[in-house]
Amino acid sequence: MDPVIGKAIGAGLACLGMAGTALGLGNLFGQFLSGALRNPSAADSQRGTLLLGFALTEALGIFSLLVALLILFVL
Amino acid sequence: MASPIEQFNIKTLIPLDFAGIDASFTNASAFMVGAVVLASGFMVVAMRERALVPGRMQSMAEMAYEFVASTVRDNVGEEGMKFFPLVFSLFMFVLLCNLLGMVPGSFTVTSQLVVTAALALLVIGIVIIYGLWQHGLGFLKLFVPDVPPVLLPLMIPIEIVSFLARPLTLSVRLFANMLAGHIALKIFAGFVASLLAAGAWGIIAPLPLLLTTALTALEVLVAVLQAYVFAVLTSVYLSDAVHGGHH
Repeated sequence: MDPVIGKAIGAGLACLGMAGTALGLGNLFGQFLSGALRNPSAADSQRGTLLLGFALTEALGIFSLLVALLILFVL
Repeated sequence: MASPIEQFNIKTLIPLDFAGIDASFTNASAFMVGAVVLASGFMVVAMRERALVPGRMQSMAEMAYEFVASTVRDNVGEEGMKFFPLVFSLFMFVLLCNLLGMVPGSFTVTSQLVVTAALALLVIGIVIIYGLWQHGLGFLKLFVPDVPPVLLPLMIPIEIVSFLARPLTLSVRLFANMLAGHIALKIFAGFVASLLAAGAWGIIAPLPLLLTTALTALEVLVAVLQAYVFAVLTSVYLSDAVHGGHH
């Protein structure tokens, strides 16, 4: 098989890792929203934790994008 | 269309050479100097008046100070405030490097793995040296979690690996976020150019332009957020060094 095709398939497969991040982010904001709707007065104090969790979760999705980019441009 | 990773090219501005080591002043060095000059210049100018009732500039400087100070206090505690200068400098440096990178046409220093790796190694080096200096070999209790002894042969290697992965994840998180963000911006901006060149399809060229605008807003958020995450994780790791193995 042409190695360029293999690279493209590999990069595409690497991006599948973002599905996990999508689940994680949906879970994160969904849980925050359901908690915030139960106790709106406590929601504001937890916004920093929410953003921290967002950044930590999002970074993992970006790692898989990074692997895809490495396959495409470096390998 | 130019390659999306062309923007990360390092260009030599002033060639320097020390005994075979390439120490040239590059565009990356220029932007790092710029970030440091901006950060210290801002703090010096803003705090010049030292008014009891702060003006706009002084309020911004005090907010930045209080923000980082409360992060350190929450994560390390009052005895961690001796590390406040370190965390504050790291926060301001990363923040200004990220934000300077958002200026169109500029260079993002934090999108270079070598820069973020140096910052992360500095943090982890301080954690290990201070932890060993403060607690001696008791610092190694960090690797012994509070679990039934049967689980220890399994848990200790896991703790050691997770400790060793910290500098890796700390540096790659910042680097990958900035890299991926700027590549995405460049790719969507490239769509505008190729649509405009494609005759009748040029009519939908504003769509990727809108998306680029929205992505730029997201990237500014990410730039600030990643600086904050770097500061928080630095304080969390420092808390291990200050408190030893007692969580």
